[in-house]
Amino acid sequence: MSAVRAEGPTTTWLPVCTTDQLSRERGVAALVGGRAVALFRTYDDEWFALDNHCPFAHASVLARGIVGTRGDVPFVASPMLKQPFGLRDGVCLDDPSVRVPTYPVRVVAGVVEVGVGSP
Amino acid sequence: MSPTASGRRPRIVVVGHGMVGHRFVAAAVERGLTATHDVVVYGEERRVAYDRVALTSFFEVGADALSLLPSGVYDDPRVALHTETSVVGIDREARRVRLADGTTASYDELVLATGAAPFVPPVPGKDLDGCFVYRTIEDLEAIRDAAARPRADGSKARGIVIGGGLLGLEAANALVQLGVEAHVVEMAPRLMPVQLDGAAGATLVRHIEKLGVHVHCGVVSTEVLDDGTGRVAGLGLRDADALEAEIVVFSAGIRPRDALAREAGLAVAERGGILVDEQLRSTTDPHVWAIGECAAPAGRMYGLVAPGYTMAEIVADTLLGGTAGAFTGADMSTKLKLLGVDVASFGDAFATGPDALELVFADAVAGLYKKLVVGPAGPDADGNPREDAWVLLGGILVGDASSYGVLRPLVSSGMLLPENPEELILPESRGALQLGLPDEAVVCSCNNVTKGDLLAAVDVDGEHRCEDLGAVKACTSAGTTCGSCVTTVKGVIEDYFGEIGKAVDTSLCEHFPLTRQELFDVVAVHGYRSFTEIVEAHGTGRGCDICKPAVASVLASQTGGHVLEGEVGALQDTNDAYLANIQRNGTYSVVPRIAGGEITPEGLIVIGEVARDFGLYTKITGGQRIDLFGARMEELPLIWSRLVDAGFESGHAYGKSLRTVKSCVGSTWCRYGVQDSVQLAIDLELRYRGLRSPHKLKGGVSGCARECAEARSKDFGVIATEKGWNLYVGGNGGATPRHAQLLVGDVDTETLVRYLDRYLMYYVRTADRLQRTAPWIESLEGGLDRVREIVVEDSLGLGTELEAAMARHVEGYFDEWKATLEDPEKLSRFVSFVNAPGQPDPNITFTTERGQIKPVNLDEPVVLGTSIPVGAPR
Repeated sequence: MSAVRAEGPTTTWLPVCTTDQLSRERGVAALVGGRAVALFRTYDDEWFALDNHCPFAHASVLARGIVGTRGDVPFVASPMLKQPFGLRDGVCLDDPSVRVPTYPVRVVAGVVEVGVGSP
Repeated sequence: MSPTASGRRPRIVVVGHGMVGHRFVAAAVERGLTATHDVVVYGEERRVAYDRVALTSFFEVGADALSLLPSGVYDDPRVALHTETSVVGIDREARRVRLADGTTASYDELVLATGAAPFVPPVPGKDLDGCFVYRTIEDLEAIRDAAARPRADGSKARGIVIGGGLLGLEAANALVQLGVEAHVVEMAPRLMPVQLDGAAGATLVRHIEKLGVHVHCGVVSTEVLDDGTGRVAGLGLRDADALEAEIVVFSAGIRPRDALAREAGLAVAERGGILVDEQLRSTTDPHVWAIGECAAPAGRMYGLVAPGYTMAEIVADTLLGGTAGAFTGADMSTKLKLLGVDVASFGDAFATGPDALELVFADAVAGLYKKLVVGPAGPDADGNPREDAWVLLGGILVGDASSYGVLRPLVSSGMLLPENPEELILPESRGALQLGLPDEAVVCSCNNVTKGDLLAAVDVDGEHRCEDLGAVKACTSAGTTCGSCVTTVKGVIEDYFGEIGKAVDTSLCEHFPLTRQELFDVVAVHGYRSFTEIVEAHGTGRGCDICKPAVASVLASQTGGHVLEGEVGALQDTNDAYLANIQRNGTYSVVPRIAGGEITPEGLIVIGEVARDFGLYTKITGGQRIDLFGARMEELPLIWSRLVDAGFESGHAYGKSLRTVKSCVGSTWCRYGVQDSVQLAIDLELRYRGLRSPHKLKGGVSGCARECAEARSKDFGVIATEKGWNLYVGGNGGATPRHAQLLVGDVDTETLVRYLDRYLMYYVRTADRLQRTAPWIESLEGGLDRVREIVVEDSLGLGTELEAAMARHVEGYFDEWKATLEDPEKLSRFVSFVNAPGQPDPNITFTTERGQIKPVNLDEPVVLGTSIPVGAPR
């Protein structure tokens, strides 16, 4: 698995949906560059994107998990077996050796855009 | 022990599969003896080992609930269990046992656990039809059959128990349960002469005579009277009028079953029992062992189960090469509930010691008798004599034995008593609890668990780190046999957590310092309608996968709205969030309601067509319905729409809510049925459908006592009787199967529904998150009795309120699938990708197996080729 993907010089921003298509604390899945990506909006209107694939369940489900906080860390619990993944870095809070790829997200004029690096 | 000379694994033969024989085998498996040895067990009864201590509950709970080995076999393949197989001889020279069918079997070590037999005094007429003993389930069944035979004039049979000891009173209890007029005849001047003194015995008599049992003490039986046809007509008494009866139960003590050992030339004790040393090894033959009631260590037999268990453990340990185990006598303390009356006797109950003094508290009106036997304490640690320092030597409790758990360990501990020891037995005293027991005090005598063992189990730095009573019970076995010590066990745990400053943490999670019940009350009092309101007022952060579904459940119970309405939708677990059950590849299964398991051919065809058209895997569930697997999330509304159009609705298979009410075919079709179980099951399923609860809920209705609906494995089970319905509560299958217990018997349908309304609503309000009904009932002070007080007797006056809450639920019910189909906003969530709703998730794939689809899980996510367009915002 690759490391956290932050915005970089080669980031391409792909528009995905409008902000009103995403309820707070309820993820949606989006197809970004051919990959299933889980998109989240927290209660404080922070935006996050993770691979939708749960590395424990081997299934494309993370967007359907419950979103919450552990301490100050926003996280999503995999809907399959409840492993918690930090939304900021994709790291599993109970097993830091497991990490889900993350993608930068920005909102431009009411449109949610997910950043992907050039190949 | 090493393998035998021939290289074959050494074989242990166990004769007898009662409680102690079973305990030995269980210990052999647990301690690893079966890694090197084969174990062959011969039991002569048709049944495998069962709990004879709880035999009186047989009529109430049935044989299955008493079984100690419900599966009938041991998990360990090295153990072979043969039931209905009697061992008739032992050839010690050849080390072989001879079986009733003439075959023989070799042994390297022979463990005799043949138990004891009831003693029947040699009175004339003792073999007449109508004479019984009280030892096995078959004995109880025979007594039940006899009790069901009316007398010539049609009135109920009458019964006499000979023997007023512990077993005799249990037999009398059995007669009372059967509705038989019961008499107890005891030779000694009082009941339970071995355990109780005169005053205690008199207190007990007053209690049980109130229950309609006639007690005759100081009376000698002379003969069982014959009615002229070989049947019992009564009991002749010396110096008293004969008693008329149709049933006589002999309960005049037990004798060790040592005939097999005697015939094999093994030494036996003067009063019976196989003579064994402290390791329970025969004093005659080092390869023969005896445990339980057939054994006589130092010439004395022990008629209680706890010493038998200790013996079993010692033999298992010794055979493993251990040298520590030695049986040097046992605590013969007794605590039991006889006919609903608490009775306990422990230590030197008769103050036989040289300086023993008695402290007595008696309240004849309340039916209480409590006696402590105390003696002067020995010199202190420096050898100086102590004045006015007392230790507890023993005691007797009748009417209220709640302090037994604290008092009995004090006897063996040698701890000094407080200045006013009478405090320990005064009503409402909690003084004893504050005394603190020493670590070596045995808290659970059935399983020999000390306070130190309990503390080791909860030790936060220790190996087990148990966090609650349930975990401690599972870890140490404390409180799992007779259950009399559970309150003490709980107290020890709570004291420990209190001491180390660890509040016994009942918080839901880091966001709420509340239990589910407190959360429920907070929501009810303040009328909250959203998670945000609740967490801002009573919690911290933004919740998690534990508290959010719990809040969702509480809100659903109180407000009855749609579970996907607004912000509430974000609280639901994925199953509730998509009104279907997620499966291992991220697809869902769909279960339409088939109330009571009744379905028309047309309904079946629709389900079949839907499954065929969407390519779904189909399977019949345990709850008498049909599960359709492999639906993609975006297909769910299409599938529901077809089902709803055909008259189906959500079966709530995804919810912590009522699942099904299973039924047998009932009196409409079944030649044995006595009530219409299908109609009741449908009515109940439709009444409670959609009820959100702390855990899933299942029900069952059987149309007769054959119980084909398996109702007693459900959270609520109803079984038809000739007069109405019996209601059982607190059953479940799963990892910890539990039989439901009788809450109330022979009620009409209206009463049944009223009690069920109260029971279910009280559970919904007060249970912990994910606590099923069985552990919930156990967690209530008073257990099932408490439920009965609240539900049947309405002791809290909650009945009307609980019924009203249920009425609101029934009134407010709607089908969640249909409501979702009618709401475009809710429907908008059922898409594969927010930006490519027409594109199925490429990560979902299937193969086929046995002609149906089967999910495939991929290690890495699938990336679609770049030809798939990334959609612009919709």
